[in-house]
Amino acid sequence: MEPIIELEHVDAGYPGAVILKDVTFSVARGEVFILLGGSGCGKTTIMRHLIGLNPILGGKLTVAGMSWGPETRDALFRKIGVMYQSGALFGSMTCLENVLLPLEEFTRMNASERRERAMECLKAVEMADAADKMPSEISGGMRKRAAIARALALEPEVLFLDEPSAGLDPITSSALDDLILKLKEETKMTFVVVTHELPSIFKIADRAAMFDKARHGMIALGTPQELKETSEDPFVRKFFNRGEVHG
Amino acid sequence: MGLFERVGRATVGWLADARERMALLGESVVSGLSLIVRPRQFRFGDFLLAFQRASYGGLPITLCIGFLLGVILAFQTASVLKSFGVETFVSNMLAIALFRELGPIITAVILAGRTGSSFAAEIGTMKVNEELDALTTMGLPPVRFLVLPRVAAAIAAMPVLTIFAELAGLVGGAIVLQMMGVPTVVFWRGVSTSTTVYMICEGLTKGALFGLLVGLIGCLAGVRTESSSDGVGRSTTSAVVWSIVAITVTDGLLAVITYVWGIGMSVSL
Repeated sequence: MEPIIELEHVDAGYPGAVILKDVTFSVARGEVFILLGGSGCGKTTIMRHLIGLNPILGGKLTVAGMSWGPETRDALFRKIGVMYQSGALFGSMTCLENVLLPLEEFTRMNASERRERAMECLKAVEMADAADKMPSEISGGMRKRAAIARALALEPEVLFLDEPSAGLDPITSSALDDLILKLKEETKMTFVVVTHELPSIFKIADRAAMFDKARHGMIALGTPQELKETSEDPFVRKFFNRGEVHG
Repeated sequence: MGLFERVGRATVGWLADARERMALLGESVVSGLSLIVRPRQFRFGDFLLAFQRASYGGLPITLCIGFLLGVILAFQTASVLKSFGVETFVSNMLAIALFRELGPIITAVILAGRTGSSFAAEIGTMKVNEELDALTTMGLPPVRFLVLPRVAAAIAAMPVLTIFAELAGLVGGAIVLQMMGVPTVVFWRGVSTSTTVYMICEGLTKGALFGLLVGLIGCLAGVRTESSSDGVGRSTTSAVVWSIVAITVTDGLLAVITYVWGIGMSVSL
């Protein structure tokens, strides 16, 4: 399948601190790709490079055929949607206003069209009833759903989700996984998900890349089943057989 | 770590910090100027909200401090001038001091403590909650979205608050002088004799300039907040401290410039 994201020998981290070295993988259009690993291994750092918040330290990274740079920045931001770990909804706006914001800024729709589109997005994540609620009045799971609705508003090509299960109970977390699968089916969008929750990985992932903090790099790539059953790497085997490995 | 290494590291850190501040300041200026070409990009609703909070919200404390400042100044100067039998000149001194210096300065300090700190805390909390990242990845530059409306609100609020602080100070002075036997009519005559349009404009212009400093310093402290538990607290403190330093330094420079160029130095008693 045609790749929408490609990383070639990428060094990830922050100026003066390389966290992951020589990372190479690609994400195919329409797949759910998981960035996987123990706490502090650099999953979120890689995602911050993918969404253009931090420049890579070396190698080549392309999203939808373009590298991040001052000229491509605006175009690339229109191709991606991001759900942050906390939801990152704007606290002074209702859920509906949060979804309306990108539509007001970037579309030529009139007010009623914008409202209709925003309600459509909220309905897609089953949040239409909470449209007029403030983020402080809803649960963590609902905030994440509303954040997904906001990310969907401009119909991005890739949706990035940072730890969607973090801080959620297993039932809510599973419901969020169902939502991701439903959206994948309906929108044919590409999903890049940062997580270390094994049940989520087996439920939603097409493929996953696994990172290790100690070795500063990517240590496995494949379907969750392949990683679990065929990997020879002791860290990968430990992760899949005993759950998350810290450190 | 040796002394030279520590000094070197501190210098590199300081330079990197200064570079970041200058980059943010530059981005704010460029974004502000770009509004001239694209005024529709200005978030007028956010400006009005921030203006209302800064002006209407800060009015009671400004009136209170302004009034007390007038009372204190009148008491302190009247007791000295009375021994020369010229306590009626307190009104002239109050008018000049309040309109030219103390009105804008004291209002700016209140704005720094109240509004500048709230800008830093508000934007800093948004940074910690990843809301600034969310704005960025939506293609909305945080500087245009958050900083410009607040800075514009601080600039607009300062002259309004300054006028109220000055009037409250004069009322305070009038009450003190009346208690000392100086008729209110004489007090207000002294005020009108000494006050010129230039003096009022100078004070209001200074006020707007201080508003710019307080707004910028508060917002930029918020944008630079570290994503740690005490990051917001440190940003808030730094916003207030640096605002007061900037206000004082700028006022000092303006005093020197107006003296050297002889602008508005003559006063009538």
